[in-house]
Amino acid sequence: MAERGAVPTVPSGRRRALGLLRSFTSPLRPDDYLELINPLWSTRELRGRIERVERHTAPAVTLLIKPGWQWPGHRPGQYVRLGVEVDGVHHWRAYSLTSDPRRADGCIAITPKLVESGKVSPFMFTSARRGMLVRLGGVEGSFVLPDPPPRRLLFISAGSGITPIMSMLRSLCASDRLQDVVHLHSERTVEAVIFAAELHALDRRHRGYRLHEQITRRDGRITPAALEQLCPDWRERETFLCGPAGLLAAMREHWGRDGDPKRLHSEHFQPDAQLGSGEHGAGGMIRFCASNIEASSDGTQPILVAGESAGATLAHGCRMGICHSCVGTLRSGRVRDLRNGRVHGQPGEVLRICINAPEGPVEIDL
Amino acid sequence: MSATATKPRTRRERSPQPARSKPVALDSREPGSPLARLTAEQLEQLGREFDAIHDDVFASLGEPDARYIRRMIRLHRQLVLAARALLLGSRRRPFWLAGTAALSVAKILENMEIGHNVLHGQWDWMNDPDINSQSWDWDTASPAQAWRHSHNYEHHTFTNIRGKDRDLGYEIMRIDPHQRWYPIYLLQPLYNIVLMAFFEWGVALHDLNAGAIRSGEKSRAQLIEELKAIGVKARRQVIKDYVAFPLLSGRAFKSTLAANFTANVIRNVWAHSIIFCGHFPDQTYTFSEDEVAAETRGGWYVRQLLGAANIDGRPLFHVMTGNLSFQVEHHLYPDMPSSRYAEIAPRVRDVCRRYGLPYNTGPLRKQLGTVHRTILRLALPGGRPRPKPERTMG
Repeated sequence: MAERGAVPTVPSGRRRALGLLRSFTSPLRPDDYLELINPLWSTRELRGRIERVERHTAPAVTLLIKPGWQWPGHRPGQYVRLGVEVDGVHHWRAYSLTSDPRRADGCIAITPKLVESGKVSPFMFTSARRGMLVRLGGVEGSFVLPDPPPRRLLFISAGSGITPIMSMLRSLCASDRLQDVVHLHSERTVEAVIFAAELHALDRRHRGYRLHEQITRRDGRITPAALEQLCPDWRERETFLCGPAGLLAAMREHWGRDGDPKRLHSEHFQPDAQLGSGEHGAGGMIRFCASNIEASSDGTQPILVAGESAGATLAHGCRMGICHSCVGTLRSGRVRDLRNGRVHGQPGEVLRICINAPEGPVEIDL
Repeated sequence: MSATATKPRTRRERSPQPARSKPVALDSREPGSPLARLTAEQLEQLGREFDAIHDDVFASLGEPDARYIRRMIRLHRQLVLAARALLLGSRRRPFWLAGTAALSVAKILENMEIGHNVLHGQWDWMNDPDINSQSWDWDTASPAQAWRHSHNYEHHTFTNIRGKDRDLGYEIMRIDPHQRWYPIYLLQPLYNIVLMAFFEWGVALHDLNAGAIRSGEKSRAQLIEELKAIGVKARRQVIKDYVAFPLLSGRAFKSTLAANFTANVIRNVWAHSIIFCGHFPDQTYTFSEDEVAAETRGGWYVRQLLGAANIDGRPLFHVMTGNLSFQVEHHLYPDMPSSRYAEIAPRVRDVCRRYGLPYNTGPLRKQLGTVHRTILRLALPGGRPRPKPERTMG
């Protein structure tokens, strides 16, 4: 089943009224007719309209989106699943929200960086227009500012790792809590720095914000050792780190050795690690109880893939553990999460079959 | 694509129903199937050519295709709104006529060009959750998902194999001279007329697969489940057309009810006619299980080709048939967006010509005429296959 947007928060009276109208519209829903007038009125999934497209000097584009129903809110640092149609086909991607969650106009913003070889970001770069519709999925992510935010903060970002940090900065700024923030941001070239103007303005105007830009082509990469100079009191700060895997690994190791790892919060560029980066086990037999099909996995294949190769038709969406389109109830056995190698599973547990492989024989209600 | 669409999916599906009645041997004058004339190499080459047509189209699917189906869906909904509004004043004759006409067209479009094709998965490539074979339901008595099994899997896999394709006469009619005659068939010209008017209910019951129930292949529990699904669907359909909208019309209750009933019957007669023209005109072949044992991909294509027949017409006619007027193309590529059949038809015809295979087509009155003649003739015992066109001309 193709991925769908999040169910919007609709006033219950309105939902009941629409429910009553179904006698007239079955097998369609009243929604299907209301959408003829305005597709944003869908009560089945949250959609949004692009209100503004800002092309940055850096190869990135900011889309300001007005959700059709009230935005359920997000915490600075979280990301949203976003569905766009490119040449007739719906594609879903996760993007960090770059906006302050409490914008007066109710809009949200994302700032995709151009990935030349990609499908969705080049489309947004060249074809996103005011008035275009997008589908909005769930808001997720645990890389968030605590509430209330700590007084002393250190942000370390690199490349498009700036995007979740931007939401944090804007939110701190809007609530007047930008009191003592050091921000170390790396980018390959000066031209490629996303939000450069806004960051510089913030740096000029706010005593509580200090920016260090590291242009890696010129200055080399930020190393843990350089921290002593760039931010000598890093140990006393709550640190938020977002960037490529190499940077994350280096900093984590440093905090583990020299600082307090509990004070380091980090996120990889992509919200979800690639499948298969975790350890895998020996696999096992899978029995799909509803269709009575049996399949086997060698430990690297998730249950979904193994089932499909055995001829089972299984609902799925993102195939990377995000959208929960593929869930099924575990009857027996243990499974391994292929993203991190963790073995888990209790009878009755609801599993995402796209990211779990059997660890020995399993039975699943699908 | 057809290779995957026809792949057995579940254990239940892997054991199709055995033949209920043994085929009757006919005399040697039965025309030889063109299938037997092709060598293994030719079949393989032909399979590759048909695959290439499929791949070319799928490589070029995009925005214009998506726009087509969305426009069609929008048109259907606008027609429904217009029809229902007109019928609020159904006590006045022009309103009744216009409303009934609009509703009939809407139902035909929805069932044929939209529902049938979406449920085939023709638009699943869009990855749109709202236009998807798994989630779609249509304005007809059969619950969509039961129909998908009996139609997409059983009929499209075992097309025209006697004893395996339950759509060959729908288990209530003798449509092929190989089928054994029973006295009940004397009545088939009569009950065919009833079926025509109430076709949607016939299809819903057909999906239950009476054969599997009798042979014990389908469990009681499953039967009850399927009956419940039909019950729920039927109740909603009946409430909408025969209670809700008539009540909304106030004093026009009866005339709106009559209009809705008429629109349903018009849709049923139209669907019945187009669908019967798909496999039952004189030109089409049926196959014994022996003929298709060890069938290759090329052989599968040829069986689809020989077992189906097109109807000539103009673009508007094709849309109103849900492009089932391109039944041949539809059976070769059941998962291809129907809007592309017209464009590939010349290529399919060209393959037929080069391999000395017939490309079955004809005007509606001719196709429908031969279908009804067969229904009348085979109500009586005996009969033999009609002469077949040998190959494609031009």
